[in-house]
Amino acid sequence: MKSHSHAFLSPRDMIGFALLAAMIFVVFPLLLEPFRLNLFGKYLTYAFVAVGLVLCWGVGGILSLGQGVFFGLGGYCMAMFLKLEASSPENTAIQSTPGIPDFMDWNQLSALPWWWEPFNSFAFTLIAVIAVPVVFSYIIGVAMFRRRVGGVYFAIITQAIAAILTILIIGQQGFTGGVNGITDLRTLHGWDIRTDAAKTTLYFVNGVLLFAVLLAAQFVRRSKLGRLLIAMRDQEDRVRFSGYDVANFKIFVFCLGAAFAAIGGAMFTLQVGFMSPSFVGIVPSIEMVIFAAVGGRLSILGAVWGTLLVNWAKTSFSESFPELWLLGLGALFIAVVMAFPNGLAGVWAEKIEPRLLKLTRRGDKPLPNATPAE
Amino acid sequence: MTNSANSKGTNGLSRRAVLAGGAALTASLFAPKGLRAADFPTAAVNTTGLAVTDDTVTIGILHSVTGTMAISETGSVQAEKLAIEQINAQGGILGRKIEYVQEDGASDWPTFAEKAKKLLVQDKVASVMGCWTSASRKAVLPVFEQYNGMLYYPTFYEGLEQSPNVIYTGQEATQQIIAGLDWVNKVKGAKSFYLLGSDYIWPRTSNKIARKHIENYMEGCKVVGEEYYPLGHTQFNSVINKIRLKKPDVIYAIVVGGSNVAFYKQLKAAGIDMTKEDPILLTISVTEDEIRGIGGENIDGAYACMKYFQSLDNDNNAEFVAAFKSMWGEDMVIGDVTQAAYLGPWLWKAAVEKAGSFDIDKVREASPGIELPTAPEGYVKVHENHHLWSKTRVGLAKPDGQYEVVYETAELVEPDPFPEGYQ
Repeated sequence: MKSHSHAFLSPRDMIGFALLAAMIFVVFPLLLEPFRLNLFGKYLTYAFVAVGLVLCWGVGGILSLGQGVFFGLGGYCMAMFLKLEASSPENTAIQSTPGIPDFMDWNQLSALPWWWEPFNSFAFTLIAVIAVPVVFSYIIGVAMFRRRVGGVYFAIITQAIAAILTILIIGQQGFTGGVNGITDLRTLHGWDIRTDAAKTTLYFVNGVLLFAVLLAAQFVRRSKLGRLLIAMRDQEDRVRFSGYDVANFKIFVFCLGAAFAAIGGAMFTLQVGFMSPSFVGIVPSIEMVIFAAVGGRLSILGAVWGTLLVNWAKTSFSESFPELWLLGLGALFIAVVMAFPNGLAGVWAEKIEPRLLKLTRRGDKPLPNATPAE
Repeated sequence: MTNSANSKGTNGLSRRAVLAGGAALTASLFAPKGLRAADFPTAAVNTTGLAVTDDTVTIGILHSVTGTMAISETGSVQAEKLAIEQINAQGGILGRKIEYVQEDGASDWPTFAEKAKKLLVQDKVASVMGCWTSASRKAVLPVFEQYNGMLYYPTFYEGLEQSPNVIYTGQEATQQIIAGLDWVNKVKGAKSFYLLGSDYIWPRTSNKIARKHIENYMEGCKVVGEEYYPLGHTQFNSVINKIRLKKPDVIYAIVVGGSNVAFYKQLKAAGIDMTKEDPILLTISVTEDEIRGIGGENIDGAYACMKYFQSLDNDNNAEFVAAFKSMWGEDMVIGDVTQAAYLGPWLWKAAVEKAGSFDIDKVREASPGIELPTAPEGYVKVHENHHLWSKTRVGLAKPDGQYEVVYETAELVEPDPFPEGYQ
């Protein structure tokens, strides 16, 4: 990170990245038992989506209420590979047709559908995890942005797509596992992903990937592209009149958000051990927007913190008050939106950071270019 | 500040003294009653580190109490809590009171998996009463198998499963289906059937078994139609028209959830009077719980085939219904799954006492052959395959929302989760 120029990571950003890295790579693994660490790993997979939403929505002004689609597609691609590996003829000897996934057997399929075949290859799967959602988002992007569909209409259309895909997956249960999803995933190339050791390894892989995504997002924000996105968000016509093809930038950032979400989905499948349509639909897609909103939709680091906070609150409320927890969670959202419209990132920038800076200034070495306001 | 620091020191001392005194007190108080627990020292009955102390044992309850499934699963939670309270009132299990940790599956299958793992890994519960939909069971199954837990699953379901870590207290599909079809054929003389259901694994598998039975084992009988509708579907007019056209003797309906309300209301509105039995309506998915939503007057005259109805006339059931109502309210109704959920803690208690241990492996080994003569549905017995031997009954829906039992199998029906000839 040190090799990058100040334009890429300001000292303030450095502190933020370092703090998050310390939490994810040192504090959580030391403090949490394997079960909780795995839960945090699961939360962090949603952070991929939230970071993508910060770029699309916070920076680019494109509100997508269908990011679950891309999370789901990435997750399903990974799940298909793992399911095929778990459905070896020996493991499925009691079925009418051994060697195909159990749900196909229950639905009277007697052969693997042709489009499942390529998922026997891990290399193909890795490519498909990114390529399938990106191609899909590209098609949506071209269809929408070239026709200058934006704002609320775009949000509604993405919701409709999420609903359609959910219905498709549930309806085609012989091919997709239906409502149950693709369950009972066991090994990755013979490596048992269900053990605590494997879950811890996957947690760190997930953390590294998340930082790669965060750095990519930071790069986009600091680049000329990022400034153009902000300009488009605030005055789209001016950018268009300046000679830029607005649609292309929008398509790019939308595809990038989809790719981030897909990585999160694939990591989710690996860490949780199954994938189901309940991550594809409208409700999870909106939840992911809430994660970004709580964290602060302008801050990529805030998105990660927001995701962690909301999911942690969800788990601990529901453990303490199994019958009332939804109300508590609702109250939390209302409180955050009313009191801190810029989310956690806003609280940090307005309340905590100035005080920290004051404290450091009192010390021997004042930071030269650490100014509280932008 | 210094004051508080001082008092903190003395507090610590006195707390320790109180603790020691308390322990002595408890020991002396519970000595006569704790004789049974003393016969089973914790170190001996719990060799795998489950949440068992000298006077308590902790189990998990894992159902949806929020979300779309809450309406169905609440009855199961209530029945399980009733059973736990009754067992505790009788002195508990091996002299230990049952405590429970309740988690909310939130009608969301991944949440079920997360909570199941929490119960097993963190709370170390000795068993779990839980799940309702097949999807939630499929989601938690790998967790139970990996961490070697014990799940008591209450719902009637599609079969095709037999896990060493699950006891299935509801009926599997062949138990529920075959007896009902034979009854409607022999007693009512039905020959042609129209199968329909909600579009997921349970109705599809059940109808597959029904079709095989009708076509291969019932002479001169045929299926004249088979259709599925998405969960939550509310427009059944087109299928009702098709039914009128095909004139089947029996509509075999496996519609679930909110769709039921629309389905039965539209049937009635279309002029199909089920009390005239032309055609007969036979369902395996509507319990007394669902009738509360549908309205008794809308389903009057339909037949349901399952193992338990609240109106069952025997002493066990009279006692159970009275206890359930006194705990949860007079206006409660009890459906098939609620009763099956009530069996869970009792079956577990019997298995633990037979094994003389809370260890999962020993409970599993002890489970086959466990008999429960006190079950509200009557005598049940655990099969080698972890399902229950149970009778199957046919009930006639009455306008007051209750079923009148019109038929029951003479013998217990053997559970057969992987039925030969029906695959």
